[in-house]
Amino acid sequence: MSQLMPHAVTAPTVPVQDPFDAADGRGVARPPSSAQRWVDRSFRGLCRGFAWLCALFVAYIVLEIAWKATPAMSRLGVGFLTGTTWDPNQEQYSILPEIWGTLYSSVLALIISTFFGVAVALFLAEGFLADGLTTLLDRLGLHSPFWSRIPDAAERVLRNLIELLAAIPSVVYGLWGLFVVIPALRAPAAWLHEEFGSFSLFSTPLSGPGMLPAVIVLSIMLLPTITALSRGALIAVPPKLRMAAYGLGATRWETIFAVNLPTAARGIFGALVLAFGRALGETMALAMLVGNANRISVSLFSPANTLAALLANSFPEAGPKEITVLMYAALVLLAITLVVNILGSALLNRASRGMEGLH
Amino acid sequence: MAQNVQRSEPVRVSQHPEVFAGIDRLKLERSLRRPRTLLNAALSWVVAGMTMLALIPLFSVLWMLVKHGIKRVSWESLTSTPPAPLEAGGGFGNAIVGTLVMVGLAALITVPVGVLTAVFLSQAEPENRLAQVVRFAAKVLTGFPSILAGVFAYGAVVLATGSFSAWGGAAGLAILMLPTIMLTSEDALRMVPSKMRDAAIGMGATSTQTAWLVLLPTAVPGIATGVMLALARAAGETAPLLFTALFSHYWIVSQGHLQLTQPTASLAVLIYNFAGVPFDNQLELAWAAALVLVLLVLVVNLLGQRLAARRVE
Repeated sequence: MSQLMPHAVTAPTVPVQDPFDAADGRGVARPPSSAQRWVDRSFRGLCRGFAWLCALFVAYIVLEIAWKATPAMSRLGVGFLTGTTWDPNQEQYSILPEIWGTLYSSVLALIISTFFGVAVALFLAEGFLADGLTTLLDRLGLHSPFWSRIPDAAERVLRNLIELLAAIPSVVYGLWGLFVVIPALRAPAAWLHEEFGSFSLFSTPLSGPGMLPAVIVLSIMLLPTITALSRGALIAVPPKLRMAAYGLGATRWETIFAVNLPTAARGIFGALVLAFGRALGETMALAMLVGNANRISVSLFSPANTLAALLANSFPEAGPKEITVLMYAALVLLAITLVVNILGSALLNRASRGMEGLH
Repeated sequence: MAQNVQRSEPVRVSQHPEVFAGIDRLKLERSLRRPRTLLNAALSWVVAGMTMLALIPLFSVLWMLVKHGIKRVSWESLTSTPPAPLEAGGGFGNAIVGTLVMVGLAALITVPVGVLTAVFLSQAEPENRLAQVVRFAAKVLTGFPSILAGVFAYGAVVLATGSFSAWGGAAGLAILMLPTIMLTSEDALRMVPSKMRDAAIGMGATSTQTAWLVLLPTAVPGIATGVMLALARAAGETAPLLFTALFSHYWIVSQGHLQLTQPTASLAVLIYNFAGVPFDNQLELAWAAALVLVLLVLVVNLLGQRLAARRVE
């Protein structure tokens, strides 16, 4: 710029007040006094200290659980992970059924809530509701400013309703599961067991709490996570990609399957992994609904147990020896969830970085 | 149009009526006899149906809460202590107080730590190693199973002090609140327009003065939203309290003193305990307590969202 307009750079004719000249009291800006510099240094040190505290605190949590678990680890060894008995009277402990139950319930719940979560995310992100309502209002001939605000408002309300699912406490879902889901499942479960009992999925009758009610409630709890994160991934798909597909004559769903979903796939996958991590650690609803039975079964109606539910149910009444064993189980749960969560956030990070070049 | 294409939101009929200005959309031809368009319409309805289906549990939960809970939400149940088995009446007043006290204690610990750490994170260089480690730690805590927060608090507080206590419960809740407060505060601080920060520094303000006089006041709505969300989540948590605060049939204040080193009642644990007993009175109270807890959580959540809406653009 200065090469193009050499005359623009001239000395100012009006004398400029030195901004650091505070002696006459007219200067606004001035350098900090030594006391202020001291305060600044110590405040920055304080913030830094708190940051260190947070980082060390997480390490302390992990080490605390690991340290409390060492007596049981040295006594029970790897057999703890592969055996199937849990008998405090005989001091026989092992958690293979709980590991199985944790993974089985989480995978099943994830399958259900993936279908629903991605469907809801598409419904919200692709503007089905808003466009549908706009068309409806057109047909009804309603064009006033009041009516034209309805479609967007409806979409916002729907989004908040889905988010509301996440606000309901886990223990309330457990209560609801006990008094709504289990009674509602009794009849269909009995019918399925009678007609298709030879399938291993339905090989046992539902006698109250069991895997299926737990999985259904768990999938409801995962839905808002998957929906919110998948919606974020879908909205981040650059509009010009959609435009190109529409321009080539693709229908809305051809665009979704060929462009939107593949482009958002990484983000959606990261969302699923994070939801899986949530499912593994979810406690109260499962502790109330899964049945707390120490058994390995693929049957949907069989009672089972999960690591988190085992901890919730056994901890309050455990003696000092059993506590160390439970700490070992907690360490196993911690290890599994840590791996899954770190993987999930790494995937989401990569997904958002992958989008950068496309905009 | 060029501006519209730059936006990351998809172009919608509802938001861009001008795009379709010359077209009467209702007269556009769309024959459902062609498989492509039929599939298109069918899938749209399938997705709409699945969305409605996904909302059924929400309304079912709310309906059951009102149906079973409302008849026992009374002055008596809000102000009296839990009944013994087979005893009539009673309430969950001490559990409400216990929940508020423990969530308050947890906030007292986490708000200063979380906000000051966020100040550090928001001012740190992107390649700062400590900042990266802290963010990683916060992410780890975000996905931390709530039961493990309880296990940790049991080991670190209950075993160390030798008794179940409100402090133990608060420690468990604090672990779950910290990442929310820290990450939302950092976001709020980063949203402060950089020209405000630059102006403060240009005037000769130290980074402490910038933080206290410019960044924090501007970011207060965002930080408050994060705190509200964290409080709402903590109020509903059961797992960290189960074997740290345990439960109590008595008021947390006795003889004029706040008993923070005694077992403490909470709404969530009361619901869990009473859901598993065969007495009608207790079950009714569990529903009523659930209704009160959900209302509490929703009100705090809504307050947080209101604050978020007022955020500086």
